[in-house]
Amino acid sequence: MKYAYYPGCSLRGTGRAYEESLLPVFKALGVEWQEIEDWNCCGATAYMAVDEVKSCVLAARNLAIAEKAGYSDIVAPCSACYLVLNKARHYVEESKAIANTVRRALKTANLTYNCKVKVRHPLDVLVNDVGLDRIKKRVTRPLRELKVVPYYGCQIVRPYSTFDDQANPTAMDRLLNALGAELVYYPLKTRCCGGSLTGTLPEPGLLCTYILLKEAIKRQADVMSTCCSLCQFNLDAYRDKIAAKWEPVEIPVVFFSQLMGLAFGLPAEQIGLQRGFAPMKPLPAPGVAA
Amino acid sequence: MIELTRTIKYEADRVKGFGHDVMKVPGCENLESCIQCGTCSGVCPLSIYMDYSPRQVMALTRSDFKNEVLRSHTIWLCASCYACTVECPRQIRITDIMYELKQRAIQEGIYPKRFPIPVLAKEFSHMAHSWGRVTENWLVMRLFLKTNWLAIFKMWKLGLGLIRSGRFSVRPDKIKRRRELQKMMEMVDNVALSALPPALANNNNNHSNSKGNGQH
Repeated sequence: MKYAYYPGCSLRGTGRAYEESLLPVFKALGVEWQEIEDWNCCGATAYMAVDEVKSCVLAARNLAIAEKAGYSDIVAPCSACYLVLNKARHYVEESKAIANTVRRALKTANLTYNCKVKVRHPLDVLVNDVGLDRIKKRVTRPLRELKVVPYYGCQIVRPYSTFDDQANPTAMDRLLNALGAELVYYPLKTRCCGGSLTGTLPEPGLLCTYILLKEAIKRQADVMSTCCSLCQFNLDAYRDKIAAKWEPVEIPVVFFSQLMGLAFGLPAEQIGLQRGFAPMKPLPAPGVAA
Repeated sequence: MIELTRTIKYEADRVKGFGHDVMKVPGCENLESCIQCGTCSGVCPLSIYMDYSPRQVMALTRSDFKNEVLRSHTIWLCASCYACTVECPRQIRITDIMYELKQRAIQEGIYPKRFPIPVLAKEFSHMAHSWGRVTENWLVMRLFLKTNWLAIFKMWKLGLGLIRSGRFSVRPDKIKRRRELQKMMEMVDNVALSALPPALANNNNNHSNSKGNGQH
């Protein structure tokens, strides 16, 4: 099966390491994808605050283009995109008024949306479609002795929880386990990272990120694994400010797909590892694997 | 001078019909059945900064205290993590109600001037409209120009880091069929206008539809 790939704006911007690592990992596992033609911004959390119906239309255009091209599944790696595309589908299904407006708006571009296409997160695709056995077989450099915090963030499991538990998701845990990593128990795995507040109101926003980083350090993790481009950015990019306000929090934060790339033996610079502010050290040496 | 504020709300402060209007919006219906248990306030990671807790916002909204909720910091501090929504024992979609309140505050222009959160929402939607995609570093620069342009200089280190790690986008990303997207949005405006009573629709037409969409 071929997936319709929806990168979303941040995977082309500050979160490009996510795309740079995810696509080679897909390739290594034989997952086929095609980027949605002329996809547009999903609207993220900001647009919902301005106009709900328009934000549904914005998201639905992508769903309609994918449906027209005959896809049954869209892969959306960014949690905000994943949530908003799913949310648009729910609104169209639940509200006749919204469905009607969306239909009329799409019609101006000769598009239709019939809720046929499913929105999936890469974690869901990797764990449930590809399967952990296939992933395990592809591992050439197990991440032994690497203590990893599985951090999911909020919007991947809430509010719709399509493929994992809302309170205690485990898809990434199982995936990291298959890579040979040592999992760190982390009760804050779905706590909010502060979202866009880090940029708009630093005091409350950065406290959210600081709590998450500090907890990971307290639990002696080597690295935090994320599945959302905004979480990764928030946890990675504001270290100076957090250090100035509270204390230094030096722990690398990477995408789960980067850890997969490492375990698959892909070179660090080909999976965007050089893009993090806190460099990942020590890299699991190839010699350790045996 | 001491600034005195009244801590008790009176019946006369209500804007009758406000709660009812909010509860008519798709997704906000269950507010009617709120039992004021406070679970939302307990699980909210940002409630410690809020002037009214989420539980209080629910009560105030349902009881028509429009001015209090639309002027509250709470609606802007909500980072939409949906913790309250999934924990609510009455299945109230608190996050979606917060979105509805934010929309109303923006529509009515009720928020502190240069307050960055609503400005970000507006700039974001503007960028999504005109380019079809949003380029983060451009968005942040526009945000600072509209709120506190001096803050740009405080961000130099972060900007430099982004440039160094190759995560800075010099040119904004755009979609090819921008006109198609704009037409779709114009249609949403038209549908919204046709749903209003004729007198109001005409009024709205004169005020806000200055772009002119050639569909009349």
